[in-house]
Amino acid sequence: MPVVTRGFAGRGRSDPKLPPGQYLTEDFPVLSAGPTPHIDTSTWEFQIITESGARHKWSWDQLMMLPTEEPTVDLHCVTKWSKLHTGWRGVPLDTLFANVESAADYALVHAYGGYTTNLPLADLLDGQAWIAYQYEGEPLAPEHGGPARLLVPHLYLWKSAKWVRAIQMTTEDTPGFWETAGYHNYGDPWLEQRYYGD
Amino acid sequence: MARAALLRRLTWQAATVLEIREETATARTLVLAVPDWPGHLAGQHVDVKLTSEDGYSAQRSYSIASAGMPVEAPLELTVQRVPDGEVSPYLVDAATVGDQMEIRGPVGGYFAWQPDDGRPVLAIGGGSGVVPLMAMLRTHMVAGAKMPFRLIYSVRTPADVIYAKELAATGSAEVEFIYTRETPSGWPHARGRLDAVRLSQLAYPASAAPHVFVCGPTGFVESVANALVLLGHDAMDVKTERFGPTGG
Repeated sequence: MPVVTRGFAGRGRSDPKLPPGQYLTEDFPVLSAGPTPHIDTSTWEFQIITESGARHKWSWDQLMMLPTEEPTVDLHCVTKWSKLHTGWRGVPLDTLFANVESAADYALVHAYGGYTTNLPLADLLDGQAWIAYQYEGEPLAPEHGGPARLLVPHLYLWKSAKWVRAIQMTTEDTPGFWETAGYHNYGDPWLEQRYYGD
Repeated sequence: MARAALLRRLTWQAATVLEIREETATARTLVLAVPDWPGHLAGQHVDVKLTSEDGYSAQRSYSIASAGMPVEAPLELTVQRVPDGEVSPYLVDAATVGDQMEIRGPVGGYFAWQPDDGRPVLAIGGGSGVVPLMAMLRTHMVAGAKMPFRLIYSVRTPADVIYAKELAATGSAEVEFIYTRETPSGWPHARGRLDAVRLSQLAYPASAAPHVFVCGPTGFVESVANALVLLGHDAMDVKTERFGPTGG
């Protein structure tokens, strides 16, 4: 039996569009562990590094040449806010992985500023993830991960690494920054996988 | 901090309100008895879950205000009422001694400070962002730590100062106030924001290599963290915790 808090009513009903324990916000809160890196697109580079060490590189101009998609997705942050129907533009990871030869099952994502996060490669493919560089029709602001961030909205938002710079393929799962600091290794919001052991 | 220490399954625990301290017109401290509390580090937070009689529940995260030691001390949370919030109005306006809620944690091992950290501590808080920094200041005092500790606290008006009495007597830890809307009478500085110029006057210099913790609303943290990097602080030494205009 859960503990009942005397006199608490709250909003009284749960929104079925929200995963358990989440609440709706209209703002776009910012969660980062340190200062916001400011990265110039003239020096920006994105890499996919395979388990054999092969590197596939894109400059900003090369990224801009690739076909884009405009996903509208719901965002769920482990700190409990959710934001629905957000509009993005970016390049699907399927496109970037099209010519990458890899037998590895895991990805470790690296960001400018040193942040890392891990997830299975399967979660990056099949139309589930993008390198996103526009938010609601505008260039992505630095505090939200600009010039470009990973967007993988079916997992808690810490997996959508801001300031993404590389995806490293690994044959063994390698926990990232929050995953080694007590947060869940996979982070499915609908299963409320917030913390280690959830 | 050792990975093993952090990787512990977090279960919901019943917490009972032991005492309430009104801090300002919009913030109060809840002193909680949590029977199996495992202890925490200054800077960590907890998840709070409130459940109504018909089974509806809501969760939010709150920073811990009490020192990380002794481990058997009651847990203190300081909560600021968020307009149109769901959980904070209950905690600030309705909760009374003896009420129960559920807690799990502590959570977060990055925005955290321990007294065996050898660096000077520079803690910079905006509004209720002072709460986890107060846990650090209290830990510094309880531990009798010798390294320099400076809190820079930005608030709107003197009436908005949380922990005012305690911050007037912090021993060796230094406290500097910045008032953004209204200063105390006779205050030697004009009201204003903690911009790069004020920060360069009040913060330890980058050459002292302090361990820096910045907590507050997103705009405050962005501006202060950017200014610290421009003043020469290594981005890896600057740890931030941001909260948006919502949260409540």
